[in-house]
Amino acid sequence: MNEIVFFINNVVIAGSVTGSIYAIGAIGVTLIFSIMRFAHFAHADMMTFGAFMVLLLTAVFPGVGAVVGLPTPVVMLPAAMVLTALLAVGIDKAFYKPLRAHGVKPIVMVIGSLGVTLMLQGLIRLFAGTSGQSLYMAGERKEIFRLALPFEGVRAPIVITEPQIILFVLTIACVVGLHLFLSRSRLGKAMRAMSDNPDLARASGINTNAIVAVTWVIAGGLAAIAGTLLALDVTFKPDLSFFLLLPIFAAAIVGGVGHPYGAIAGGFVVGFAETLAVFNWAVLLRPVAHYFPEWLELPRTLAFVGTEYKIVVPFFILVAILVWRPTGIFKGKVI
Amino acid sequence: MSTQDKQREDLVATPSRFPLREVVLFTALLVAILGIYAMMGAAYSTRMLVEAACYAILALGLTIQWGYAGQFNAGVMGFVALGGYCAMAFSVPVNGDFWASELPGELARVLLYGVAAALVVFGATRLDRLGVPKTLRTVIAVVLAVVLYLVVISLLREVTDEIQSRAGFVGGLGLPAWTGWIVGGALAGAVGYFIGHICLGLRSDYLAIATLGIAEIIKAFLKNSDWLTRGTATVSPLPWPTPGPAELGFTLSRAIYLSVTAVIIAVIFFLLHRAYHAPWGRMIRAIRDNEISAAAMGKDINRRRLEIFVLGCILMGIGGGVLTTFNSLFDPDGYLPLNHTFLVLVMVILGGPGNNLGTLFGAVTVYLIWIMSEPLALALMSLAVHLGDLWFAWEPPRNIESRALQARVFVIGLLITLVLRFAPKGLLPEKVKHHG
Repeated sequence: MNEIVFFINNVVIAGSVTGSIYAIGAIGVTLIFSIMRFAHFAHADMMTFGAFMVLLLTAVFPGVGAVVGLPTPVVMLPAAMVLTALLAVGIDKAFYKPLRAHGVKPIVMVIGSLGVTLMLQGLIRLFAGTSGQSLYMAGERKEIFRLALPFEGVRAPIVITEPQIILFVLTIACVVGLHLFLSRSRLGKAMRAMSDNPDLARASGINTNAIVAVTWVIAGGLAAIAGTLLALDVTFKPDLSFFLLLPIFAAAIVGGVGHPYGAIAGGFVVGFAETLAVFNWAVLLRPVAHYFPEWLELPRTLAFVGTEYKIVVPFFILVAILVWRPTGIFKGKVI
Repeated sequence: MSTQDKQREDLVATPSRFPLREVVLFTALLVAILGIYAMMGAAYSTRMLVEAACYAILALGLTIQWGYAGQFNAGVMGFVALGGYCAMAFSVPVNGDFWASELPGELARVLLYGVAAALVVFGATRLDRLGVPKTLRTVIAVVLAVVLYLVVISLLREVTDEIQSRAGFVGGLGLPAWTGWIVGGALAGAVGYFIGHICLGLRSDYLAIATLGIAEIIKAFLKNSDWLTRGTATVSPLPWPTPGPAELGFTLSRAIYLSVTAVIIAVIFFLLHRAYHAPWGRMIRAIRDNEISAAAMGKDINRRRLEIFVLGCILMGIGGGVLTTFNSLFDPDGYLPLNHTFLVLVMVILGGPGNNLGTLFGAVTVYLIWIMSEPLALALMSLAVHLGDLWFAWEPPRNIESRALQARVFVIGLLITLVLRFAPKGLLPEKVKHHG
């Protein structure tokens, strides 16, 4: 039984945490992909920017959280979302819009977004330094809940932290909110129309510029949430960007590019695949080891890849999906 | 002038105008290099030129991919690291401890097991020919693959741990460095073939994503395989194929190395020039400019694209080998996306994608600016700290130097976006001859 608790702690909870973060990031990427038709490489740095804004706001207004009863960074999240959304719209106006006006190929937009990602990286590291920092400051600390299971012989409790609970709640809120927005609101429907056929959408009187702006606002806000949740769960690291990009893109492509619900599914697929791949399976096999024949000795670590090779997992998922089903599991719009 | 005339002027390139722009730009570059020689001394400046020449090989590789064919490779760093690894593995002296023990045999045994396991799994995927239902075949193949992979990987872990504790690392082969450069190019080409084969038929963005990923994976592999590369402990010195500084002094030995790189560049440049003006080059440009009509002409688009992608990757591997041998240090952590991917990208798009001469110009110019920007950034930062201290009594954070260098990341990013917006064809644009 202890082994199963270990499995729940290390795979079920950890996988859902990474999965939710990737899913929220991938929604933004996939929305930009479907509206503007290019892979937005600056997304991971927008996530870092959002987390950095939370860090700054928390440093400026410590102790606000105690009034509300939540950690201060979570209270500061809406403000950071607004700031990141503004940044996203500003970046679009300054860098992507002129390129779009020139009618360049999507791949040139990709290179432009790489330029933007370097600029953001440079700025963030100039101001935040390159070392990790905790979002919990001024005496606040992560609350950790230990749920003991009411079974005989189970010593290990299920461990879950406060930011993880907040993460699950926020992910569900995001998904439900996005679903309502896309399926019920006028703007959301216009967005879907534009992703299906931009020319037809423009011809039927949809203000495409407004849609582009709204897309950036949503993508920026979601990026801020994803970045902050990641920083809350571990620490704020300014140099994660290229390590985040691959799983997020893999998630967006697995779910079918331009497919927000697919991105959510893809995010969880990639998140769970990562945690399952680095999980030490020897732990689960040990209780049944005495049924094995004599010559079969169980090695101490039996993981598919070491934690240092975690980035291999999203890459191989990406390769597999590109080989067997390039449109993604939910038939995306862009191939 | 009517629009008609203007179009005609664009269409028909003037046959042989005096290359004013090229002459002016290259003279300015020469003056800058001479200025640096006068200021920083011959040894330093020659080192800078050799490094710029190595980067020029990388830039030529990227200009084939991006300029000739419009494929965007965001993982130059990975191919550079592969080339560097091969240069290291071939040129470093033989490790007697390793070869004297029974470990090479053990390693070969595990590798053989790996090959056997791969064959078994491959056989399992063909079971449907024997009448096994397809679903059952897939299940069998997947289960076999997982189990055999776990077995082989844990055996390999045992052997590699043993190698690491008893012999340090595998060591090199003690061959001349240029063998490593060639093999590095071949290895980079093989990885390029793998990536290109998967991605080139799909959207162009996917290639960028996949190359970015493979670059990080190659780096992670080289960094963590201590038994193969000594990982973060780094390997140095790497022997040069030419007489080293110990025999001839810094300036002369570096000058000889520079002439070796110059010969490599000249050969590559000549071959590329011939290829570009050959029917093959025209076909590549036709595919880039209008894929559909090229396909309608009966060209095998995906195959040509793969060809050119692999060719570019080979050049990157060779360039990486030459660069790493020159640095005389193999440090997997030293391969950075900024220095080895984006710097090369800036060289190509600033110099003129598709124009080999422009790419060479871009490579040398951008490298000079890059090298000179380091002291400049530090000086600006210390000025800012000084002024901040004077006016606001601002206490700067401790790691101010490393932060100042991050400002260069910003500048590179800004340069990319500005060039794309204001000079999308680069300083020396590609000249396409139209026979109108």
